[in-house]
Amino acid sequence: MSDITKQSLTELVVNIKDKKLSSTEVTKAFIDRSEKSKELNAYITEDFTSALDKAKKFDQKPNLDLKLPGIPMAVKDLFCTKDVKTTAGSKILNNFVPTYESTVTDNIWREGAILLGKLNCDEFAMGSSNETSFFGNVQNPIDKDLVPGGSSGGSASAVAGQLTPITIGTDTGGSIRQPASFTGTVGLKPTYGSCSRYGIVAFASSLDQAGPMAQNVKDCALLQEVISTYDPKDSTSIDFKRNQYSKELTNNIKGKKIGIPKEYRVDGMPKEIEDLWQKGIQFVKDCGAETIDISLPHTSYALPTYYIVAPAEASSNLARYDGVKYGFRAKGENLIDMYEKTRSEGFGAEVQRRIMIGTYVLSSGYYDAYYLKAQKVRKLIKNDFDEAYKKVDAILTPSTPSSAFKIGEKTNDPVSMYLNDIFTVPVNLAGLPGISIPAGHDSKGYPLGLQIIGKAFDEQNILNIAFAMEEKINFKNKITDWWIK
Amino acid sequence: MSIDLKTIKHISKLSRISVDEKKAEKLAGDLNSIFDFIEKLNELKTDNVEPLTSVAETTLKLRPDEVKSKDIREQIIKNSPQDNEDYFVVPKVIE
Repeated sequence: MSDITKQSLTELVVNIKDKKLSSTEVTKAFIDRSEKSKELNAYITEDFTSALDKAKKFDQKPNLDLKLPGIPMAVKDLFCTKDVKTTAGSKILNNFVPTYESTVTDNIWREGAILLGKLNCDEFAMGSSNETSFFGNVQNPIDKDLVPGGSSGGSASAVAGQLTPITIGTDTGGSIRQPASFTGTVGLKPTYGSCSRYGIVAFASSLDQAGPMAQNVKDCALLQEVISTYDPKDSTSIDFKRNQYSKELTNNIKGKKIGIPKEYRVDGMPKEIEDLWQKGIQFVKDCGAETIDISLPHTSYALPTYYIVAPAEASSNLARYDGVKYGFRAKGENLIDMYEKTRSEGFGAEVQRRIMIGTYVLSSGYYDAYYLKAQKVRKLIKNDFDEAYKKVDAILTPSTPSSAFKIGEKTNDPVSMYLNDIFTVPVNLAGLPGISIPAGHDSKGYPLGLQIIGKAFDEQNILNIAFAMEEKINFKNKITDWWIK
Repeated sequence: MSIDLKTIKHISKLSRISVDEKKAEKLAGDLNSIFDFIEKLNELKTDNVEPLTSVAETTLKLRPDEVKSKDIREQIIKNSPQDNEDYFVVPKVIE
């Protein structure tokens, strides 16, 4: 069977179950294509030999009742994988080999999937372009020298470039949805507490969530079904009734009320984005849903709030990297000198910047003015959504204020880089689920995404809306394989 | 508000990240532009607002106090940059 790597996850699962394809054939196909795609720099660590062994073993005694039978899958290098190096895109974890497995990846392997390797990302998931990775830039399969977005840039590039049928990323302020939007793929950030954070390298613990990144909504729903479980090992994991997201998926969204928040029409937003949004509004109406104008008055305060809360939590989480227990250690004249040099040489510039911001806003005399203030504004932002959800079932917005930009274009201006996440950050602050789906192209032919935000634990509803819209939009990603010689 | 070099040195000490003059100046510039952006929050009156500390509105579950991870000494020490007989080794702290 030709063009294995062009098949969706759902197609591959069916073909393996019908014994039209073996796990070995599928795994080999994705390894071959990954080998030819080194220029994308999507992988940090390849685990191909071991993947092939596992595929052969699967084929000897295939368990076809599993949800991901013999499916090869590369994952973001922020998930701890037992006995496979896990770097978080950082020099400081360059030699770290976990002795345990994250719950999310464990769930995936239990359903029969096979690890292909670990995918590039911004260092400690801090970035919106994958340019802060210690392991270098990732190329966007859409065009040469275009960023894939971030922080899950390697994941987005690998799915769009068909190096893996599907993948997982993490999303603290937009790190799944923004790269999905930049690469013409589907990315879901689940409700906070839906997927366990156990074994995920921590960035900002009150915001971090793992989620699927896929070629289409159905694949995305299937992986969400696998990764979302209650986990006693994560004290913020929530024990709620989870749907069979892929089985319950429907394009019937008649009568659903969809909110259109006026505050997302920001100054300087390109006309293309506004036009895309209007197109999206028409699509949901065509599907029989009703749109309602709503207000989320504190939207413009979300980014400043995020840039206090996230660095504060990061500065605390990253205190553990001291060169003593694991990871990189620099030489120092004494213990303190060793700490300071380890952290100065081991962390990249963006991570150091955020640790410093976080340390400052938590320091004596500034805690009330910054950190406490931000937590109060965070409450106002959440209240906005609570109020809106009295009137609507979901909210439709653009995913990002622009399409993908060139490598190097925004690296010298941290604030302009942060503005990328203007539409995604409020969702994390309120702990809600959000999905980005490809919805069109800009004048350069680069993909643009629309975001559907749901009520807490209402993943099924936003997946259904995305599924219905996907059918109407009929998006085709323009991948020319430019990087394959 | 302006963050001066003295403040940068102070934060770098608290963060345990060594910073030379050149890096301190760059950081001061970056942090000032970020804090200018953050100042926007002061437009809002929040005196009577409860701070949001967690979006997950659940109470923590209780569980039996049982040891689950046993005999993992080797695993714990496995990734250490320097160790000796089950101890992490660090530069000398006592003269």
